[in-house]
Amino acid sequence: MNNLPILSLVTFLPLVGAAFIATIRGEPAVVARNARNVALLTAGTTFFLSLGIWFNFDTAEPGFQFVERSDWMPSFGIAYHLGVDGISMLFVLLTTLLTPLCILASWESVTARVKEYMIAFLVMETMMVGTFCALDLILFYLFFESVLIPMFLIIGIWGGPRRIYSAFKFFLFTFAGSVLMFIALLTIYLQAGTTDIPTLMQHDFPASLQIWLWLAMLAGFAVKLPMWPVHTWLPDAHVEAPTAGSVILAGVLLKFGGYGFLRFSLPMLPEASVVFMPLMFGLGIVAIIYTSLVALAQEDMKKLIAYSSVAHMGYVTIGSFTLTVQGIQGSLFQMLSHGIVSAALFLVVGVVYDRIHSREISVYGGLVERMPAYALVFMIFMLASVGLPGTGGFIGEFLVMLGAFRVNAWVAAFTATGMILGAAYMLYLYRRVILGQLTKDRLKSILDLKPREILIFAPLLFLVIWMGVYPKPFLDVMQPSVDQLVQRVEVARANMGEPAYAGR
Amino acid sequence: MPVAIVLLPLLGAIVAGALAFIDPGSRAAKARIDKLAQAVTCGALLISMVLAIITFNSVAINGQTQTITILNWISSGELEINWGLKLDTLSAVMMLVVTVVSAMVHIYSIGYMHHDPSIPRFMAYLNLFTFFMLVLVTADNLVQLFLGWEGVGLSSYLLIGFWYDRPSANAAAIKAFLVNRVGDFGFMLGILGVFVLFGTVQLDPILAGAAEHADTVLNLFGGEAHALTVICILLFIGAMGKSAQIGLHTWLPDAMEGPTPVSALIHAATMVTAGIFMVARLSPLFEQSDIALSVVTIIGASTAIFAATVGCVQNDIKRVIAYSTCSQLGYMFFACGVSAYGAGIFHLMTHAFFKALLFLGAGSVIHAMSDEQDMRKMGGLWRMIPVTYALMWIGSLALAGIWPFAGYYSKDIILEAAYGAETGVGQYAFWLGVAAAFLTAFYSWRLLLMTFHGKPRADEPVLARVHESPMVMLVPLFVLATGALVAGFIGYDAFVGHESGAFWNGAITVLPGHPALERAHESPTWVKLAPLAVGLAGIATAYVMYFLKPDLPGRVAAAFPRVYRFVLNKWYFDELYNAIFVRPAFVIGRSLWKGGDGAVIDGVGPDGIATATMGIAQAVRRVQSGYIYHYAFAMLIGILVLVSWYVLRSV
Repeated sequence: MNNLPILSLVTFLPLVGAAFIATIRGEPAVVARNARNVALLTAGTTFFLSLGIWFNFDTAEPGFQFVERSDWMPSFGIAYHLGVDGISMLFVLLTTLLTPLCILASWESVTARVKEYMIAFLVMETMMVGTFCALDLILFYLFFESVLIPMFLIIGIWGGPRRIYSAFKFFLFTFAGSVLMFIALLTIYLQAGTTDIPTLMQHDFPASLQIWLWLAMLAGFAVKLPMWPVHTWLPDAHVEAPTAGSVILAGVLLKFGGYGFLRFSLPMLPEASVVFMPLMFGLGIVAIIYTSLVALAQEDMKKLIAYSSVAHMGYVTIGSFTLTVQGIQGSLFQMLSHGIVSAALFLVVGVVYDRIHSREISVYGGLVERMPAYALVFMIFMLASVGLPGTGGFIGEFLVMLGAFRVNAWVAAFTATGMILGAAYMLYLYRRVILGQLTKDRLKSILDLKPREILIFAPLLFLVIWMGVYPKPFLDVMQPSVDQLVQRVEVARANMGEPAYAGR
Repeated sequence: MPVAIVLLPLLGAIVAGALAFIDPGSRAAKARIDKLAQAVTCGALLISMVLAIITFNSVAINGQTQTITILNWISSGELEINWGLKLDTLSAVMMLVVTVVSAMVHIYSIGYMHHDPSIPRFMAYLNLFTFFMLVLVTADNLVQLFLGWEGVGLSSYLLIGFWYDRPSANAAAIKAFLVNRVGDFGFMLGILGVFVLFGTVQLDPILAGAAEHADTVLNLFGGEAHALTVICILLFIGAMGKSAQIGLHTWLPDAMEGPTPVSALIHAATMVTAGIFMVARLSPLFEQSDIALSVVTIIGASTAIFAATVGCVQNDIKRVIAYSTCSQLGYMFFACGVSAYGAGIFHLMTHAFFKALLFLGAGSVIHAMSDEQDMRKMGGLWRMIPVTYALMWIGSLALAGIWPFAGYYSKDIILEAAYGAETGVGQYAFWLGVAAAFLTAFYSWRLLLMTFHGKPRADEPVLARVHESPMVMLVPLFVLATGALVAGFIGYDAFVGHESGAFWNGAITVLPGHPALERAHESPTWVKLAPLAVGLAGIATAYVMYFLKPDLPGRVAAAFPRVYRFVLNKWYFDELYNAIFVRPAFVIGRSLWKGGDGAVIDGVGPDGIATATMGIAQAVRRVQSGYIYHYAFAMLIGILVLVSWYVLRSV
């Protein structure tokens, strides 16, 4: 097992599956069926392969593991270099878990161009896993940007009525941010003379340059996260994307931003990160309060959940830039649990959308009467989103607030308002959709969850409770790498004459 | 074994919850499923209760305190949190109260919810609540306590909104959850502060180390502040939310939308007392801050009088008792505020018995009256439901603090302790407490007289169906009535008397400078007699107004219209909050969405750039005129620019 290039396998197996699907010919119905089966089989196998990473991961090692390296463009020093550490490993698993669930969720709801749809999803999986595994700047940028293409197509082809507007808005927003980031990456290469990420994480850039590099990187990551005020593409993209597209968007793509902060901004540009800490706190707090209030006023279920994602990502921003162990672990945990919970919530919306073909909250009401199992599933994910202790949502928020309190009690207090506002919009949503009397004729014959849907929700339910009750395995994975990262930032803070925080 | 006490109700909840999803098909099958769910949940609770009694014996009586660590929960940096149980006298008392009252409510519910179509779901929620409540009282660290705290909030939300087809129930459920979250906001910050101060959230090191941090000053919220004062006030905000103290009390009366057994269990006997439990649990911290203790006293005393005034004019039988609960919780808080924690917990226990009795008795009345809750439509019921009537008398006597009922002992010692504190806030609490005791007796007898005496005011068909409750509902009432009768003099010595030191066994810390409870036993005779005297006066007043001269209440209300309206509208708290929080939140949300996201960000950003691009494209199109000399001229300019750039650069 140890000699197996497991990361390459996990990364490129979906691409192989996609190529295989591309060769399928014949009757449309047969093609569709085969494409679905091959896609599910590929994604499923990829997931089981990726479990090998989980089981063989050494939780005492802070550095990169499962490293693969071979020269790619030696004249520029660019290499094919893969590896995972405690910060990236769990995102790889999140991706490989969500992709098969997405394919299952699209089983019946996608009927047009099934072959192309499945190819897009598998190609996207390769790009996403690659982004989290890449240890070379150019390789990273390649994967990071390529994800846009399948996502753009998924929204633009299989999306709702305003899909073209949304697809372009999504593409332009994220691409505009990435261009600045690319300039930053080039400058880093020219300055440090290497594209090797582990080497760069130890490189000390001059303080004045750090500021500019940091800002340029922020442009790329802030759009992806998304941070206020560059978040407006997200609600539109979610509303128009098909269910599975939203799942990947919320579950994985939003994590690129937070991952970028922790992989690039903090270790490579620690001084600049310290300088910009107040800015990030400010933006994070605005995100939490502003988008929570906006979520309260939404009339479209998907838009509401999209805005709630922005608020939850506010926690990630704040946690990462507390530069404390708890804050960073909390923001990683928050990203993971949000990846599961928001993905599940979009699937929850998808269930009723498949039946009634509307996302308007006012169309629903009293669903618990006909769909008790659905109501229970929705309830659990709603509570996880609200951050109820015992669910995965709590651990991340708690650790982020703890980190924030160590730095500044006001930041923690403003962050904690999310506890109240988050509960307000989610409970209000639940009440309008699930509770009340079932009076609308369209809903009177609606059916409860089917076995396929239960199969999709079961692993997510299991995970969200596991992460809440026994988060230790996840926190253990993160701990050494986060410790190492914090130490590096602490050195920078000490050099700048900043005081140490209370506690550890 | 203690782990089993906590986990059995969870198991019951899961089984009953699963039963709720079975589609029965026939009515007979449904009856079987309902029976099974009742058996599982009641069985789990009864076993839990027996085990809790055994544990109480070993922990509280024989002094075998212990902390059981089960599993690591969260570890990050220096933060280490375990799943664990802390068993000392305080948690043993709470476990006993919770399991006994909960078991009685479970059994009562078999009869009360007889006609409801969702029995398994109801029983599952009750079990789930009990599980979280037990987690709360046995927690060995603050975060686990917080988990139980939020968990009982969730159960309360589920049970208030149990009849989900009623809009008022759903609104009340959301309100309960959100108002509690406002409190939890403070609680959470308090926990974070504890970690920053102590480097841990485990209770044992915190309670042991509180004295070392008596004078620690931390830079919190932008200024140097006495750390424990800030932390205790933040924690107390959480307690205010859960225990419905003035300002965060608005959810409790609305919570009466839930089924009556729920009101008895959650909104009278157990969950709402969690705040008092928390303050008592953290007594070593609160003891170090006189400011925090004063805040607790003032809030408690103010709530006691405020809620009592409102209770005097309500017409819904359950709302009267709800405001009464609010008021009694105020007593418990100001007991803690004057460092008489033992007295606060003592009243918590006696109150659990007699208030659960009153609520379940009211439920029995409502059951008899075909779900009527308005006392103006009752009257003259005492001949028709004599057992309920007698039980309500016992509950009311205990509530009003009449000797020898339980409330007499616990309320007296609280007022004496407030007097004995010999501080300004202590006096404030004492006098407001005495006034509230008068109102308590008044509204209790107003309730009794309006419900059971006078002419029957209900419709004929309702009256024809009035019936005494079945034994399955009455037996739990007898148990609780026994508690309301004897809990006072049985517990007095142990909780607040001369055996209290050995009984509490270090579970509660009182600094030598806070001798209120010791002085309470030496207070002057008039202080000892005052509560009883005002109680009897309150009863007498109620008799005059609602028995001898039934037209008097109307005349009093007409004589002071403004006061009456102010009290009737519950001091306008709901209106105030709607105006300054709820409605603005929606208005701001909508304007940020349409204005901020729509007009400003998208208007200037993507849409603005798109529009600008179109404009530039239009302009560029005009440049493309098709005339050769235009292009030639442009080229010339281009060459000029390039050449000058090269020249200038080389200079």
